Amino acid sequence: MNDNGKPILQMNNIHIEGYSDERWHPIINGVDLELKRGQVLGLIGESGAGKSTLGLAAMGFARSGCRFTQGQVIFDGVNLLTLKESQRRKLWGTRIAYVAQSAAAAFNPAHRLIEQTIESASRAQIRSEAESRKDAIDLYGSLHLPDPERIGERYPHQVSGGQLQRVMTAMAMSSRPDLIIFDEPTTALDVTTQVEVLAAMREIVDQYNTAAIYITHDLSVVAQMADEIKVLRYGSEVEQAETRTMLHSPKEQYTQSLWSVRSLEKPESRSDDIVLSLKDIDAGYGKTPVLHGINIDLPRGKTVAVVGESGSGKSTAARVVTGLLPQTNGTVMFNGKPLPSALKDRTPDQLQRIQMIYQMADTAMNPRQTVEKIISRPLEFFHNLTGREKEKRLLELLSMIELDESFLDRLPAELSGGQKQRICIARALAAEPDVIICDEVTSALDQIVQEGILKLLLRLQDEFGISYLFITHDIATVRAISDEIVVMYQGKVVEQGLKSQILSPPHPEYTELLLSSVPEMDPDWLTNLLADRGV
Amino acid sequence: MHPVLVTIVKRLLLGLVTLFVVSAIIFSSISLLPGDFGEAVLGQAATEDTVAAFREELGLDKPAVTRYFDWVKEVAKGNLGTSFSGRSASGQDRSRSVAGMIAPRLKNTLFLAGITALIAVPLALLLGLTAALYRNSWYDRAVNVTTLTTISMPEFFVAYVLILLLSSLWSVFPSLATVDAGMALGERLNRIALPAITLTLVIVAHMMRMTRAAIINLLASPYIEMARLKGASRSEIILKHALPNAWAPIATVVAFNLAYLVVGVVVVEVVFVYPGIGQLMVDSVSSRDIPVVQACALIFAATYILLNLIADVIGIVTNPRLLHPR
Repeated sequence: MNDNGKPILQMNNIHIEGYSDERWHPIINGVDLELKRGQVLGLIGESGAGKSTLGLAAMGFARSGCRFTQGQVIFDGVNLLTLKESQRRKLWGTRIAYVAQSAAAAFNPAHRLIEQTIESASRAQIRSEAESRKDAIDLYGSLHLPDPERIGERYPHQVSGGQLQRVMTAMAMSSRPDLIIFDEPTTALDVTTQVEVLAAMREIVDQYNTAAIYITHDLSVVAQMADEIKVLRYGSEVEQAETRTMLHSPKEQYTQSLWSVRSLEKPESRSDDIVLSLKDIDAGYGKTPVLHGINIDLPRGKTVAVVGESGSGKSTAARVVTGLLPQTNGTVMFNGKPLPSALKDRTPDQLQRIQMIYQMADTAMNPRQTVEKIISRPLEFFHNLTGREKEKRLLELLSMIELDESFLDRLPAELSGGQKQRICIARALAAEPDVIICDEVTSALDQIVQEGILKLLLRLQDEFGISYLFITHDIATVRAISDEIVVMYQGKVVEQGLKSQILSPPHPEYTELLLSSVPEMDPDWLTNLLADRGV
Repeated sequence: MHPVLVTIVKRLLLGLVTLFVVSAIIFSSISLLPGDFGEAVLGQAATEDTVAAFREELGLDKPAVTRYFDWVKEVAKGNLGTSFSGRSASGQDRSRSVAGMIAPRLKNTLFLAGITALIAVPLALLLGLTAALYRNSWYDRAVNVTTLTTISMPEFFVAYVLILLLSSLWSVFPSLATVDAGMALGERLNRIALPAITLTLVIVAHMMRMTRAAIINLLASPYIEMARLKGASRSEIILKHALPNAWAPIATVVAFNLAYLVVGVVVVEVVFVYPGIGQLMVDSVSSRDIPVVQACALIFAATYILLNLIADVIGIVTNPRLLHPR
């Protein structure tokens, strides 16, 4: 937190264009950015706002298919854009380092971690290779990686995602750069892992007084990391302010709307009319058991949120309910009767009454079918609708999801992410189900779009009394939509209860860890949490 | 035992099973050849009695299944049998063992294949890597066009053009590649220069293009962008970051082409009159010398299986996920 001193990075009037559909489109329109030594700037915005492009531009780098058309990137007094590529390359990895979003993809699978950690420092001959190795081990230690002496000898696939992300931070730190670009470094991680990674990154950036640009779409994360926050939209700056000011009194309406998404909360209500019930379900893939005797009850017309980190068995439970993965033990009760475990043994009526919406709307729709065809299919299959009747129902469904008839002829590729998810919802609704299983349906969407989808789901529940089994790892989404919560951990149900009960203490140990790891919009949250946990 | 060793042993056993299946196919397809073996070998002049006696002696009167298992049993013991040729209607028997006939020919074929591989594989890798490095440049285009041209022309045409240029117009190399066992290495190399160059021109394109494609395919990976942002130069990116992940597809295509050098070069052998195994097989087919044909086919099949096995093993040992399981 160093406020004085001359800027290490100054970006003036940056314009960047990208090439697609045989012409150049603007991506960044005249953004200015200034960073002092040791300062951390948070860059936030929705997908497509140009955050990553601007982050890479700070290194004087444009992805292939992109080009700078105007502006200067002055790093430590030198304009990177007028340097030769070979001169810029000398700065990369040594004085400016990059931490990528998906560590699993950004590490070369063919080399050991320590080789990759010290690669830049060795090339620039910052110190001898032996010293670099020793330094890397020290860095692993200060990033709280387990077994720092030996973890570097492993290959990327042999360590977890959270560990890889910390090794990548060590890799960026190895040459003690003046500036690090963090590009959504914790987005792919579970909340419980995210806390450790955030703490480690913040500590090491503080320790070496490194300046950083921290790119994310998650406000509560950026609140923990940044001294200042810059909001981007459509490649232009919306506003920039000191973190606390920005959180408490954002000036622009767009920023306020970003902030308000988090406040959506459905009032909970209970019901004893159980529509769907999983009783003592065991299930697994091949010989690997995943679910161990889980019990979940879904009351009619309510939402049960299933939360837990990746690998906890949330999606496997959904596959059992849909019949895609027959359970090895236990029964699924539906409207008071046991459901056959295998999909092929279920009646059309049973199939119709349980529908599913997926995380990736992109892959859940046939890219060659029009919206009309996609939604018509369940209408024909379950309700034998044809001709005028079908057309009428199609239009009804579209109006339910707040789209108009002009969408009927479009292909999935011609829709935005939120619109695609709406079409998937309409397809599920077309069957007129009692239960819809929603598997991370908002995770791939921007926050404002998420809010729209959640509101739509709530309205549909109100109107048609549909019950949702809502799988998510995001606690803000849980608050917004659920009546009851099921917490899962390692294939077991830790607890199920009303939202208010589960979210208020006392908690079982795992629930406590999970809930306390969810970042809050309070810049002191991480500091306080670490103090509480005694780290 | 290390899981990789287990996999290799499994593949070897699978290879043996494949070879067994192939032997059945070879045997049955040779049984489909038209004509009577006895008559074909002994000639039209042979009396019916002689032919019958001949058939009995060779066991040709036995049912096919019995003959097949007799053959497999002998091959398993390392005995490839005795050639049909060298016998005549008069009852004279100057037949030779199949192994004795094949051994020198196989040696010649392997020598030519080995020398060609020594030139072609490094050349193809070098061209592929540099083409990937300077992709879409004039160099890349030139390499692609040249190699495509050479692969598009029939082998015999390439061979005759080379003879015309390097033997007739400028006599650099001999046009006939006749070699014998007593020849010194230098002389041998000189004799096989033209067939080796012909074969190199034929196989380089395939390997070079696969190498280039495998590397370029990887250049879109996030870890390649990461390597760039860590300051790696273009050549470092290709050699250190892309190539180690590209060995599996490259090894597969190299194995395929090396197998071709052993089993598919009969045209080149004919053009240059090179005493290789391909010619021997073709000759044996026309003279109905069944044991030799079968043995050649089996050797060809084994070559394919073995080279593909090696390619698989290279794919495994260059994949850290398989070599170093979690």
